[in-house]
Amino acid sequence: MATETIHHAIEVLVCAKKEMPGALLPLLHDIQDAVGYIPSESVGLIAQELNLSRAEVHGVITFYHHFRSEPVAQTVVQVCRAEACQAMGSEHLWAHACAVADCNLTVESVYCLGLCSSSPAMALNDKVHARVDTDKFDRLVAATRSAA
Amino acid sequence: MSITMYVPRDSAALAFGADEVAAAIALEAKLRGLTVKLVRNGSRGMFWLEPLVEVMTDAGRMAYGPVTPEEVTSLFDAQFQAGSEHSLRQGLTEEIAYLRKQDRLTFVRMGVTDPLSLADYESHEGFAGLRRALGLSAPEIVQQVLDSGLRGRGGAAFPAGIKWKTVAAAQASQKYVVCNADEGDSGTYSDRMTMEGDPFVLIEGMTIAAIATGATQGYVYIRSEYPHAIATMREAIDLATAAGFLGKRILGSEHSFHLEVCKAAGAYVCGEETAMLESIEGKRGVVRAKPPIPALKGLFGQPTVINNVITFASVPIILARGGAFYKNYGVGRSHGTLPIQLTGNVKYGGLIEKAFGITLRQLMYDYGGGSASGRPIKAVQVGGPLGSYVPEANWDVPLDYEAYAAVGATVGHGGIVVHDDTADLSKLARYAMEFCAIESCGKCTPCRIGSTRGVEVIDRLTSGTNQPQQVKLLRDLCDTMLHGSLCALGGMTPNPVLSALTYYPQDFGLALPLAKAA
Repeated sequence: MATETIHHAIEVLVCAKKEMPGALLPLLHDIQDAVGYIPSESVGLIAQELNLSRAEVHGVITFYHHFRSEPVAQTVVQVCRAEACQAMGSEHLWAHACAVADCNLTVESVYCLGLCSSSPAMALNDKVHARVDTDKFDRLVAATRSAA
Repeated sequence: MSITMYVPRDSAALAFGADEVAAAIALEAKLRGLTVKLVRNGSRGMFWLEPLVEVMTDAGRMAYGPVTPEEVTSLFDAQFQAGSEHSLRQGLTEEIAYLRKQDRLTFVRMGVTDPLSLADYESHEGFAGLRRALGLSAPEIVQQVLDSGLRGRGGAAFPAGIKWKTVAAAQASQKYVVCNADEGDSGTYSDRMTMEGDPFVLIEGMTIAAIATGATQGYVYIRSEYPHAIATMREAIDLATAAGFLGKRILGSEHSFHLEVCKAAGAYVCGEETAMLESIEGKRGVVRAKPPIPALKGLFGQPTVINNVITFASVPIILARGGAFYKNYGVGRSHGTLPIQLTGNVKYGGLIEKAFGITLRQLMYDYGGGSASGRPIKAVQVGGPLGSYVPEANWDVPLDYEAYAAVGATVGHGGIVVHDDTADLSKLARYAMEFCAIESCGKCTPCRIGSTRGVEVIDRLTSGTNQPQQVKLLRDLCDTMLHGSLCALGGMTPNPVLSALTYYPQDFGLALPLAKAA
């Protein structure tokens, strides 16, 4: 998206939410869903419209793991690294995922996808997968990349 | 003749390709000129069988699983649409021992009904509790919950009725009901299953709480890691509102209750109730000091009922069948049932709703069939990342809040994570401290700094540097975290660390006598 388009999209989203109680989190979700991340240039606008300080907005964006301040690759893999997945070899899967990560593949840790009886689990562009070993990982990532 | 088939829509089934199986069934049926009604139900909770396809027959629902899209043709060839034999056939679902031996009360409809069908919900005792509550006074509703002995299922096990009574007695122009669905504990998913597989039961429970306390606005705070739960809850709220079960003048009564989903953003500490309130208010999820308690000064400073998903979801059956009915289940002061989640390195992992009193050994071997790897089970963590590792000596202790507390363990949210003998408990202890450091909200020093120091001490301990001193230091640090932290994150991180150190000293490179001396 071009910078002006992004700026305009964010303005529209801010206007839609600014009267709502506790608007900041829902607004940040909207922006990230639309743009893919929360551009640092939008912090001033959000702060002004919600009557908050820039520090407060920046504080909230950086507090929550879900919010990103930078764009991500087209394919995003979240590997669960919590205990139930560790018990089934998620650290091995994590090491493998990190080794194949590149500019087209962002690899992130996630602490629990709620698939603990079918671990190790991961999310690939928001689609969840269970009992993932390195072979299944490669197969799924390759299929997503060729579809992209 | 129309055939009814069930393919679950639970995330755990989707993660094994349930959508692809449903599409393959629809296509194959079309090719064969068969009329198949596909119901996307919740999961029965037997995850090694997912996707578990059920076919309605004269004898009942016949189960086939785990089904892959590739096997759909052979299933039709074998006439599975009539319930015929096939290598994937598991028998009648209700007769499967894993399910038959359970006490399904809160999960009575799980996997049985279409989660988004109000008609299905009502024909399976749905809204019976709400209808009964509408005929009672607020104190009478609270009394039913008190009589049931229901305690908070999120982990703290505080009596739900007492909390409701406090909010009911508070004077305020606006009160709130908030459902904590920030189920961040590893090894737990019963909240997710409820929201995806039986969302109306949560709506009904929250509505009853609102009527009992005089609240008119509610929020369900759901983790961003649960997109399917968020979507299903939003749809269910819209359906319930359109049908008059939510909104203004519920079912023609004088009670109004508006419900919204609030999407979290990936902060574990927001499962702590006051951090969650800050988050709903649009702020950083920083823990508040108590008092004041949220029942008196909660969301936006107003009296607020906060309960976990399973607590609210247990309320409708209590109202429908009476507090005494529910209280008859369980042992000691742990009344009712607990949806237990058997996870990690276990052969048959799944959701087991049982009355309190079952033991870990029964769960891991009678239900779980031992480890998935076939190796001996070494350690079990009960109650999430802040729960203790329970050694084999305590595997016969009945699952009961007080009995667990007596052996230094916690029941928590009912999550059980099994580890085989390849697990290194020093690494798991280090991970517990590291996780606390990543997730600390930063407000109190024992949690914010203590967790980082904890990682360092464990590193020195496992590298063999002056071990007796490190053990003393680690125990001392844990003591500070336990007594000096504002909330359970810092206060309970010592549980996994100390239980690992005490029961598995060899993993830290310690000889057994040294650890005992320490």
